[in-house]
Amino acid sequence: MSGPLAAAFDLLPEYLGWHVLLSLSALVLGLTISLPLAVAAARSPRLRWPVLALASLIQTIPSLALLALFYPLLLALSALSQAVLSQGFSALGFLPSLLALTLYSVLPILRNGVAGITGVDPAIAEAADGVGMTPRQKLLQVELPLAAPVIMAGVRTAAVWTIGAATLSTPVGQTSLGNYIFAGLQTENWVFVLFGCAASAALAMAADQLLGLVETGARTRRPAFVAAGLAGLVIGAGAALAPLATFGQTAAYTVGAKNFSEQYILAELIAGRLERAGAAVSRKEDLGSAVAYRALAAGEIDVYVDYSGTLWTNVLGRADNPGRKAVLDQLTAELKRRDGVLVLGSLGFENAYAFVMRPDRAQALGIASLADLAQEAPRMKLGSDLEFLSRPEWRAVDGAYGFAFRSERSFQPTFMYRALAGGEADVISAFSSDGRIAADRLVVLSDPKGAIPPYDAVILVSPKAAADPRLVEALRPLVGAVPVEAMRAANYSVDRDAGKVTPAEAARALERVIAGN
Amino acid sequence: MAAPMIELAGVSKRYGGHAALDDVGLSVGEGEFVALVGGSGSGKTTLLKTINGLVRPDAGRIVVAGEDVATASPHLLRRRIGYVFQEVGLFPHLSVAENIGITPRLLGWDKARIAARAAELLALVDLPPGVAARPPAALSGGQRQRVGVARALAAEPRLMLMDEPFGALDPVTRDALGADYRALHERLGLTTIMVTHDMTEAVLLTDRVVVLKTGRILADGAPGALLAQSSDPDVLALLEAPKRQAQRLAERLGA
Repeated sequence: MSGPLAAAFDLLPEYLGWHVLLSLSALVLGLTISLPLAVAAARSPRLRWPVLALASLIQTIPSLALLALFYPLLLALSALSQAVLSQGFSALGFLPSLLALTLYSVLPILRNGVAGITGVDPAIAEAADGVGMTPRQKLLQVELPLAAPVIMAGVRTAAVWTIGAATLSTPVGQTSLGNYIFAGLQTENWVFVLFGCAASAALAMAADQLLGLVETGARTRRPAFVAAGLAGLVIGAGAALAPLATFGQTAAYTVGAKNFSEQYILAELIAGRLERAGAAVSRKEDLGSAVAYRALAAGEIDVYVDYSGTLWTNVLGRADNPGRKAVLDQLTAELKRRDGVLVLGSLGFENAYAFVMRPDRAQALGIASLADLAQEAPRMKLGSDLEFLSRPEWRAVDGAYGFAFRSERSFQPTFMYRALAGGEADVISAFSSDGRIAADRLVVLSDPKGAIPPYDAVILVSPKAAADPRLVEALRPLVGAVPVEAMRAANYSVDRDAGKVTPAEAARALERVIAGN
Repeated sequence: MAAPMIELAGVSKRYGGHAALDDVGLSVGEGEFVALVGGSGSGKTTLLKTINGLVRPDAGRIVVAGEDVATASPHLLRRRIGYVFQEVGLFPHLSVAENIGITPRLLGWDKARIAARAAELLALVDLPPGVAARPPAALSGGQRQRVGVARALAAEPRLMLMDEPFGALDPVTRDALGADYRALHERLGLTTIMVTHDMTEAVLLTDRVVVLKTGRILADGAPGALLAQSSDPDVLALLEAPKRQAQRLAERLGA
């Protein structure tokens, strides 16, 4: 079996287990909410319209946004709970994913439930009253059994939706089959992307078929079919969930990572160090930029790598640039004071925003600096990653040079380089530690006005873990140990098209470079 | 005379601006077989449903076997009253025997007694024992209506309410079923109130005809007495109809 495929299969028990646990919990919770709601809505025409309209409205919210919105909401609730009950809870990972997916599963079950119950022949409903049934007996013995096939069809739809949407829980820190897709997209590992899609689709189809068996049994009144379908679901879910019992529970530390190759590699580098120190480690990858720091401050992850300029502008809200050392010093003092977060130190390289161009274009237009670029901007197309144009750094640079590009477009980082190579962008907002800059011989434009803040890669440690000498001592040797060339080489080994390696392999190679120094 | 089985006094019911029942009073003695007749919208079905609480009147008082319907527990009341209607309303997810045994089951009879009762009732309504395990969908319309009657009789009610029970059946089946039911009424000593728009059926099966129009009782009495005594043109037209039909039938068939 080839490398990426074998790597994908190795991860399957953990990813599939979480995916099944998440979708199953959401579906069960969705059923317990939507069935009573469907009964109430079927009984009361006054309630029916607003309930169905609200459920439809929720369905129109893009699923990724719904998942993302639950994080700040839960964070606020957790803070409230901390203040009132002295007991907070994790706003990251399982809980926001569960709540968003539960909301998502409500509509199909609710809609079919209402249709099923109101669709019962009025003569049969009248007969139920006529033979002397109480309203409860009428519901349980007549209406629900007769509506069961329609309700089951709704449950099938909800199951397929939930399993599909559960792949989107990866960015809020919940492991799922989406990890294949998000990681694969970042590192251009198409085997991973396809594997994630295929696994999620296969799971959805299997659940749909088994629920279909239950539905057929309900429709044709054959209890054997219902039993076989339910048994299949229970056995399948049990088999998928069994491996979870051995995962993560004993993990002493959680290492976080944002959603790009360098972050995956550094998370593996840190995890490797901690594991060699004898600790079990779990990982939370693909976190959004703002989510990662808040998760660390709240103690949901113990350690991750961030960049001084990012923290300076986004966490401290500063727009000035007092210089590399001053930024680092002030950041260390301020984060400690504000959140109790320990800035362990810089890894030794910078990953700054860097405006880069293809060498032929830069030469032809005579552009070497951002000042030159500003002159030519009206005829040029800017490509950026998804967040850069809404970040304060862009406002600072734009304010200093006064750019007026012909167009500005956002890409996944991977596709941003493709766009530059293909001429769809003339200049892109790249990252200075990216291996592709050297590999493609791209020209980095200088910043004569010093508008771009410094971006030293720093190890951040959560308030709780800062008091843990084992973690701090295991990681301290990494301070100042990673030269930018080594990081670029590691990044490129993961990003290149041919002969790419996994982030874990790249981390091991990087470790050998560090040991050699 | 003993207390009447059913006593209605001043019963009114409005739907929107339309009066379905307008100050109706009616007394039915034990053992009577009464037909409620009238055109569409005359209020005959509404009147029937006030008796087992399927319709709650806006005003008036209804007493069934000494019990005030307004204060009685609706489901307990209905378990004591047989109810048959045109659409039958057999439960499609239950077998014929389970349909017949539904009210006894709600009353908590044991299984053996319910099974014996279902078998007894199938014989009573003249259905073969083999249909017991079948789903209602496997029966003909006439058989389904016989099951409907059997279901209504299962818990041994003394009072039967029937809403156009034979209206959807072909004339031969209808005639046979009507005659069979009349025999059951006699044998079991039932009190029966039957809604029908068919005056022939009313005259042939029942002892007493109550004519309704726009929610009021126009006439009430034995068929022959009504024809002799009533002066209301609507009542006379209704009662003359079967007679005229019989004459024309006799002429055309060449009797």
